[in-house]
Amino acid sequence: MKSIEEINRKIREGDVVVVTAEEMKKIVEELGTKKAAEEVDVVTTGTFGAMCSSGVFMNFGHSDPPIKMQKVWLNDVEAYTGIAAVDAYLGVTQISETKGFEYGGAHVIEDLVKGKEVELKAIAHGTDCYPRKEIITEITLEDLNQAVMLNPRNAYQRYKAATNSSDRLLRTYMGTLLPNFGNVTFAGTGEISPLNNDPEYRTIGIGTRIFLCGAKGYVIGEGTQHLPPFGTLMVKGNLKEMSAKYMRAAIFPGYGVTMFVGIGIPIPILDEEMAKFTAIRDDGIETEIIDFGVARRDRPVVRQVTYAELKSGKVEINGEEVRVSPLSSYYMAHEIMEELKRQIEKGEFLLTQPVDKIPTKSVLKPMRQKEIKVVSSVMTKAITISPETGIDEVSKIILQKNVNHLAVVDENNVLIGIVTSWDVAKAVAKAKGVNLGKAKDVMTRKVITTFPDEPIEVAARKMEMHNISALPVIDAKRRVLGLVTSEDLSKLLARW
Amino acid sequence: MLLLLKFDSKAVKQPIISKAAIDTNTLINIIKASVGARRGELIVEVEDEKVKEVEKIFKSYGVEVQELDKAIAKDDEKCVHCGLCISICPVEVFEIKDKKVVAETSKCIHCGVCINVCPTRALSLPV
Repeated sequence: MKSIEEINRKIREGDVVVVTAEEMKKIVEELGTKKAAEEVDVVTTGTFGAMCSSGVFMNFGHSDPPIKMQKVWLNDVEAYTGIAAVDAYLGVTQISETKGFEYGGAHVIEDLVKGKEVELKAIAHGTDCYPRKEIITEITLEDLNQAVMLNPRNAYQRYKAATNSSDRLLRTYMGTLLPNFGNVTFAGTGEISPLNNDPEYRTIGIGTRIFLCGAKGYVIGEGTQHLPPFGTLMVKGNLKEMSAKYMRAAIFPGYGVTMFVGIGIPIPILDEEMAKFTAIRDDGIETEIIDFGVARRDRPVVRQVTYAELKSGKVEINGEEVRVSPLSSYYMAHEIMEELKRQIEKGEFLLTQPVDKIPTKSVLKPMRQKEIKVVSSVMTKAITISPETGIDEVSKIILQKNVNHLAVVDENNVLIGIVTSWDVAKAVAKAKGVNLGKAKDVMTRKVITTFPDEPIEVAARKMEMHNISALPVIDAKRRVLGLVTSEDLSKLLARW
Repeated sequence: MLLLLKFDSKAVKQPIISKAAIDTNTLINIIKASVGARRGELIVEVEDEKVKEVEKIFKSYGVEVQELDKAIAKDDEKCVHCGLCISICPVEVFEIKDKKVVAETSKCIHCGVCINVCPTRALSLPV
């Protein structure tokens, strides 16, 4: 048994034994947990990944005459200033109002750390105590009274890997997902990641001193959506002490802006149990591959997988080998572990005893919603026809029933195509002579469809993406149950 | 060597790849093909020693030939070695070596898919 004080004394005296999480695995393998616990004092862990729940609290100082900011922008990226007069919180994912996805909160933060000037623009109502109504000026990090990075959710212990079963390329916060299980992406650094090396949260707790983007930071609690073993941390650190090397603004095409955040946490090897914990290997860290092809909160699990399989670069899905991309940088995580190791060895970084624990158990609640409106509640009866129906007959049905879409079905009511009034008009315009052809000649065979229990927002997005105005509603056997039109949906969605 | 071939409406109807392969006794590997009714664009791989000979045949049929010798470029100042490009590239140009993402650029077929995927905008195709 060792105490944090004893380890700190060794750090001060310069005879502390520090190893990286990577080195620790081998040491425990060679020496066993008992001997390893005696020899090693500290294990450094690291991660470097896109962490959207990050941002910076700033205090700009008071202008003359003073202003109570109602809205504030930094390089056209809005920060939240619904707090005191010249305080604001800039989140990394906020996008520029002029440059869109190309520039966001993360870029402003990176620019500030690099010492660049940033344009500050604010507006206000004007009050007796704060008469000023607007201000435009240039600021640098040095000009700010405080700039504190405060990240509500960082350093995910493990994360669900992503793939895409749909036939459409998806641009997500997990990167670009190719159609038909074309690739898999995953986040987290697995066996070297901080929380995986202290799964009971014995040494990482409130008040733990950490390495945050090059500065000394602190854990201030469990992160939002903390759900062990998918644990998370809330952290803070002084932006003025940070280095651009250990952070990076990032753009995920089609999703937006985020930031690569670099975190390192030293784990004191207090006893044999901590040696055992820090010996964890990727093959013992499990997660799931989930399907982003389904646009729902509870995405279907494609399969269980370990970080060892994910890191191998290839996983098997439905008998096919699929290539895997990490989203976190092992290289940077490794640099962070080495830098933290160096700082501890040099006596520049002391360990802390947490002042309180973070929960080892937690529940994740879904959002409380009045109701989730699904397609079955808005669909109307589909008018169906056989593929052999003549175009003249089709046009009569369209007029009689006052509809624009006819579902073409076989004898079992199974969907085989769709004919629109536009298709009919085109057929008539193109026709030579009296033979106008049949429904099967003009129908669209690759029909975009929906299901009765699909939320109406998902159906609306399908229509928007494919630039169409109706979707046949089908069951699992592709039998037609009804039709939903953009008109039906827009009435509902507009009401909100 | 990779060659970018552009076929016009006349050339696109003819079996020129087969002709070039037979006439020069060379293996021509089609890497990427986009062929329509009026024009076509192919990227093919040809042995380095045979490139000039094959090019001559293609040109004689009115096919525009461009040698693809400048591959994807990675700015190592910007790259953080996250590896997102790895599973996106159709020909496996990228891999992780000693924790770093490295590009074997000779494999690159100039499709450009990776450029728009890189979160730190570290990839570009020199023209």
